[in-house]
Amino acid sequence: MRFIMSKFWALMPSSLIRLFGLAGLVSLGGCSGNWGWYVVNPATETGRQNLAFLIDGLYYTIGLSVTAICISICLGLLVALPALSNRRAPKAINRIYVELVRAIPILVLILWVYYGLPQVASLSISVFWAGVLALAISDSAFQAEIFRAGIQSIDRGQYEASHSISLNYRDTMRYVILPQAIKRILPALGNQLVYMLKMSSLVSVIGMQELTRRANELVVTEYRPLEIYTVLVLEYLVVILIVSAGVRWLERRLETS
Amino acid sequence: MSQPVTQPFIQVRDVSKYFGQFRALDAVSLDIKLGQKLVICGPSGSGKSTLIRCINRLERHEAGEIRIDGIVVDDSPTGRAVLRNNVGMVFQQFNLFPHLTILENLMLGPVRARKMAEADAHDLAMHYLERVRIPEQFSKYPAQLSGGQQQRVAIARALCMAPKIMLFDEPTSALDPEMIAEVLDVIEELADSGMTMICVTHEMGFARQVADMMLFMDHGKIVEMGSPKTFFTAPESDRCKLFLSQILRH
Repeated sequence: MRFIMSKFWALMPSSLIRLFGLAGLVSLGGCSGNWGWYVVNPATETGRQNLAFLIDGLYYTIGLSVTAICISICLGLLVALPALSNRRAPKAINRIYVELVRAIPILVLILWVYYGLPQVASLSISVFWAGVLALAISDSAFQAEIFRAGIQSIDRGQYEASHSISLNYRDTMRYVILPQAIKRILPALGNQLVYMLKMSSLVSVIGMQELTRRANELVVTEYRPLEIYTVLVLEYLVVILIVSAGVRWLERRLETS
Repeated sequence: MSQPVTQPFIQVRDVSKYFGQFRALDAVSLDIKLGQKLVICGPSGSGKSTLIRCINRLERHEAGEIRIDGIVVDDSPTGRAVLRNNVGMVFQQFNLFPHLTILENLMLGPVRARKMAEADAHDLAMHYLERVRIPEQFSKYPAQLSGGQQQRVAIARALCMAPKIMLFDEPTSALDPEMIAEVLDVIEELADSGMTMICVTHEMGFARQVADMMLFMDHGKIVEMGSPKTFFTAPESDRCKLFLSQILRH
């Protein structure tokens, strides 16, 4: 385990360390006199409170992204399956869904789901679930394309062998095709998670208390946009670089297995 | 020996198959009785693989009719059932499931398609692994085995479904020369045990040993059909003579 962890950290790019160093230099040097790190200085009481307020947004950013990606993977698979059919109608359904969803900007989808959907469907939807739903739908079109490519990359012989031992379509997909396809597309799914983490910042517009929203709110009260948004940038950087390193680590493990 | 008076187990009637404009099978008719061992040879593109793939419905023929045990092979439930219960297939490229162990490869069909209990399927799989002489490899993955071993696993996988007839589509063409014998030995044993089989192959020594009927195809047609003895010593058609002279020269 220790060995694995050390390998994990070895994959963290040195650029991250350099960037932290740079931020530190700029701030500590205070050469221009425009920096006011007191606002997030952990040595002071308010600084600590502000920092904690900002970092607590991580729960929501990660919770939102992980929930959304789980749903978008299921949705993506459902949308991908008709694309593999030989018939025209299922293929058309897949095409229409993918093209339609890809054409809607995520921000617009978030606004529509939160403000529009409750009126259409006469239901109340929380900020969290509106965000999850919008992100999941938006991402599902990309997931569907990833699944389609992954499943189509599996050799025809695997279907023929399944047919020759009398497996039906469902069992062929479940026991033969999908396990192989998912192994191949895992790196791509990891990249989608990174993408999702970044896009979750858009949910701030409907009042989700995630990283970006909290930074905005703090800026309004403290008037220190430079320092607060710098912290925000670093928060995203740390989370995403850790996830990226995790994806690369997974990729290597899959290569060897 | 008396000839069995059974109906042909497989009846192929005027079957034609097109790939676009290319006519892969041209009104092919053929009868196979239970217990028969048919070897099909011919130049590449002659339709021999297509013929057995049509019998297994990996390809759909456009005209004609294929019956197994008297039942038309098509997409109807009875057509599917007759295939499921009677026909096993071995491929040139083995087509083992790379993400499953050897044992899991063998058990998948019996457990999922036949609804057999895991323990019974396990015993069945081990039985056939012993029969193809690689029981010690059961926990490995296909990629860890040699080509010859993989093909023997593929044969065992097909046998686990207890087919009445086995189709072999060039089972040794993707193998290194030194591994061909171990696979052919297994197929030969299977033939000796009375299994009905259709085998597409270029291994003429094997064909002589095993076949009780030889079939030569060219341009989607059956050009020559007969006992191995007359086939190898006195082929009638010039096309077949030429093919044999080229293939037997080495």
